[in-house]
Amino acid sequence: MTATQELTPAAGAASDLAGTLLIEDLHKSFGDLEVLKGVSLTANRGDVIAIIGGSGSGKSTMLRCINFLETPSSGRIVIGGEEIRMRADGTAADRKQLERVRTRLAMVFQSFNLWTHRTLLENVIEVPVHVLKVPRAQAIEKARALLARVGLAEKEDTYPLFLSGGQQQRAAIARALAVDPAVMLFDEPTSALDPELVGEVLGVMRDLAAEGRTMLVVTHEMNFAREVADHVVYLYQGRIEEQGPPDQIFGNPQSERLKQFLKSIN
Amino acid sequence: MMRMIRPMLMPHRLALIGLAVALVVWCALTLRWDWLPKYLPLAMEGLWRTVWLLAASTFLGFLLAVPLGFAQAVGPWYLSTPARVFCTLIRGTPLLLQIWLLYYGLGSVFPQIDGIRDSVLWPYLRQAWPYALLALTLSFAGYEGEVMRGAFAGVNRGQLEAARSFGMPRFTLFRRIWLPQAINNVLPTLGGETILQLKATPLVATITVVEIFAVSSRVRQDTFVIYEPLLLLALVYMVIAGLIALAFRWLENRVPTRRPGN
Repeated sequence: MTATQELTPAAGAASDLAGTLLIEDLHKSFGDLEVLKGVSLTANRGDVIAIIGGSGSGKSTMLRCINFLETPSSGRIVIGGEEIRMRADGTAADRKQLERVRTRLAMVFQSFNLWTHRTLLENVIEVPVHVLKVPRAQAIEKARALLARVGLAEKEDTYPLFLSGGQQQRAAIARALAVDPAVMLFDEPTSALDPELVGEVLGVMRDLAAEGRTMLVVTHEMNFAREVADHVVYLYQGRIEEQGPPDQIFGNPQSERLKQFLKSIN
Repeated sequence: MMRMIRPMLMPHRLALIGLAVALVVWCALTLRWDWLPKYLPLAMEGLWRTVWLLAASTFLGFLLAVPLGFAQAVGPWYLSTPARVFCTLIRGTPLLLQIWLLYYGLGSVFPQIDGIRDSVLWPYLRQAWPYALLALTLSFAGYEGEVMRGAFAGVNRGQLEAARSFGMPRFTLFRRIWLPQAINNVLPTLGGETILQLKATPLVATITVVEIFAVSSRVRQDTFVIYEPLLLLALVYMVIAGLIALAFRWLENRVPTRRPGN
């Protein structure tokens, strides 16, 4: 294992490393089943990386290992220059550090996972107020702006289950933006949506990409990957089979499996 | 408010309300109520004791039920096993037995401990109500611990993951997300259990706590009037149960966690 780079959060946020992400030789097994067999990936600030692959390829697991929703079996994860300290078995060695790093990562889930006992506005201010200790009035002001931005200004007092999937996912994106994340993780954000609602969510994500946010997007939306991503990663059975700029991945795929995959989804 | 009143004005409901009023008027006019003025102060005292015992035992019992349920739902074995044993014991034995064991058992052990008669606790330990409160509290904790186990286990994993993914510390997550969701999920059950608890309170009359049920027995013994105190007693319990049901309905409607129509 190489020497750990480590910076205080403040220094990390201000330095060139803010918004960067490094994954090195990531392994993950569920019992005997090895789902990730050594994945490495680097994201620079402002990169939009699309992660594609068939079901069971390990793409969601990889994303969930980055913020330790799944405990990696081994490997290194460095966010904004700060490595998440791991024990030999892959569990996070320092819960406080993990919690701190997680506040700089924001995840958008396939099933939205808004807190159903709170209104949209309460959902968006929850983490700023109760985790980041932002003054409530300030958090509300920002939350209103974010909800307006995703087109939900009139819904701030509505409970999530009274909204369509597309609206819920846009609210989930507003909730993620409320923490000023250095890196945003999208775990199949449009897979649970009715086809006519996919566009509104992708539209919001396009805007985020355009303003230079670092984004990792696990997706089945090949058009989105082609048009928005800077870099496309194709996972096959827990390994990166091929990666490169979208023109190359979609226009001139090298590996047989990627060719097959692209053929099968078109 | 109108939303609650309007359904009351349906014709068949009006007919039922009329019938109930007629019954009450008939009871008031034809039965014997001359004992009432004399026993009213005692009845109010008993009513207060019933309400107070109910409120304190449900409140304290629920405070105990939260860790009992949480330990069973996600705790390590050395916490979940004792919690499960406790809930099984409480749910597996009659409340009357628990009350008597605490009052006659514990209550007779205490005086034998050296120095306890001189301690500040003695004025309480020699009375019956602390044992009544303890027994009712433990009973409520045992039943609700089981309810809360299911409630905690039933909270949507994704919503907990979302909180975790934002770096929410464990206790904040419990307080802000897990516990409120768990309680919301079982509010209807808790309402019913609170009414059951109300109807369990007469058992403490057997250890000399003079609550409202004991007052009605006193009236019967003193005056040989049998049915009237019991009818009034039934009315009192029904009114309290109705108020509990209304309170829980209000709580349930406060946070609409279910989609309309579902």
